[in-house]
Amino acid sequence: MNLLRRHKPLLVLAAVLLLLPLVLPNNFYYDIAIRMAINAIIVLGLNLLIGFAGQISLGHAGFIGIGAYASAILPTHFGWHPLLAMLAGAAGASAVAAIVARPIFRLKGHYLAMATLGLGIIIAIVIKNEATYTGGPDGMAVPALGLMNFSINGEKQWYWVLAGLLLFSFWAARNLIDSPFGRALRALHGSEVASQVMGVDIVRYKVAIFILSAFFASLMGSVTAHYIGFVTPNIADFFHSIELVTMVVVGGMASIYGSLIGAVLLTALPQALSTFEGWETVVFGSILMFCMIFMPRGLVPTLAERFGGRGEDN
Amino acid sequence: MALLDVENLSIAFGGVKAVQNVSFSVDPGIVYSVIGPNGAGKTTLFNLITGVYTPSEGEIRLDGQSIAGTAPHALALRGMARTFQNLQICMNMTALENVMVGAHLKLDRNLIKAMLRFPSLARRDAQLRDEARELMRFVGLEAYWSLSANSMPYGALKRLEIARALAARPRILFLDEPAAGLNSKETAEIDDLVQKVAESGITVVLVEHDMKMVMNISDRILVLDYGKKLAEGTAQEVRENPDVIAAYLGSAV
Repeated sequence: MNLLRRHKPLLVLAAVLLLLPLVLPNNFYYDIAIRMAINAIIVLGLNLLIGFAGQISLGHAGFIGIGAYASAILPTHFGWHPLLAMLAGAAGASAVAAIVARPIFRLKGHYLAMATLGLGIIIAIVIKNEATYTGGPDGMAVPALGLMNFSINGEKQWYWVLAGLLLFSFWAARNLIDSPFGRALRALHGSEVASQVMGVDIVRYKVAIFILSAFFASLMGSVTAHYIGFVTPNIADFFHSIELVTMVVVGGMASIYGSLIGAVLLTALPQALSTFEGWETVVFGSILMFCMIFMPRGLVPTLAERFGGRGEDN
Repeated sequence: MALLDVENLSIAFGGVKAVQNVSFSVDPGIVYSVIGPNGAGKTTLFNLITGVYTPSEGEIRLDGQSIAGTAPHALALRGMARTFQNLQICMNMTALENVMVGAHLKLDRNLIKAMLRFPSLARRDAQLRDEARELMRFVGLEAYWSLSANSMPYGALKRLEIARALAARPRILFLDEPAAGLNSKETAEIDDLVQKVAESGITVVLVEHDMKMVMNISDRILVLDYGKKLAEGTAQEVRENPDVIAAYLGSAV
């Protein structure tokens, strides 16, 4: 059967994640790998919205913030179990996404970008101002994540948790785009009127994928908070949203592999550029401009076309 | 009973009355053509019936039930499908996937099941893939089935739209200039294809400029001019109607 062929990309990713610890010399590198995985999962969700469905969100860090602060506030102030808090955060982010999505997705293009931008900024401001619960701009500590007597500690344990989550997300995202739901999503990007005439309720699909990406962003916000053990409002700010959109665009819109590559590269780049001391932002910006001028469709689609001929067989 | 009933249908865009007081009805199983000079309101009429535009006045009934102003996706559920004059192919997908989208309403669209790839869903998708390939063969596109839509030639994309519309298993199919921009050989092939579709029992409503094709395959013809109904009848009746001749030749004979 072609089961092996279908799951080849998944097996390759599993092998990479399994073998990676052999070449990671110390906790510093583990830390970078963990951050890459966290970003990759968020970017996978965001790429479904931006790349596959052709919509935009400049406020996704807001959802990450909701998850992170749910995991910080609910256990600290209300004594909730961290896992329950994580789920409550994801449910809360989904609810916010669901409430604003209907009016927001009547908009298109620049207007949609502005509306999502506003949403992200509002969430960031609320987090900054509700200092009684959030600690304001100084942030707050987050208790450890655990179940029964066991809690996740140290980079090595977190690495395996994130490796598992990334594998699942990668598998689920690939399944999704090759399903009736996923095809409807891509079709409304291709032609809204044609997909409507085929029976696709386009607003419903845009709303659904927005909620889904918000859900995963919030979960990853919680994971980030528990992993670092501390949250500040920066996690929800506009620059974080932009960073994530950049990962989608540089890696490649509507490309599952591109999401991974974009997250890995743009997480590693600031570290790699630290030798430029003070000029790293300039170099970073130049690389982005170079990418956009010479490969506007993103790294993976451009390279796949140049070398593979056919591109990804999603 | 007529499958489709249109009564005093009108729409105005600002001061322009694109369609004015048009009435006609389409019996099941026939090929019904709408003709008229450029700008006569043929595509606007299609957009009104298929829910893309909401009429300013008038009534549209499918099976006797009013559908005026119903959203396109809800009309698809009731057995309506269409193609577009200006191609509306999803260029970000493969040819086969485009056809598969046509069957959207016949599938399990659950998000969670899709993410976890439930076996039932995977099985149905595999089956659908075969059905879609069969439809591509039906419209004469078997050579293109694995290609990305954006690498297909124009003539093939026109057929792909028909295959996609057929994937919905419609009762009534609206074809908006399926032969526009095609050469005479391709036009003849589309002509055959439309007849094949009609023979399969699907009611076809056709907008077309190619008079040979229209006269050839239509059971009834509606002639529009400046948004108004100029004439209606069989090919013979329409051909002999002095108003029609005047509109097409510019003066009465």
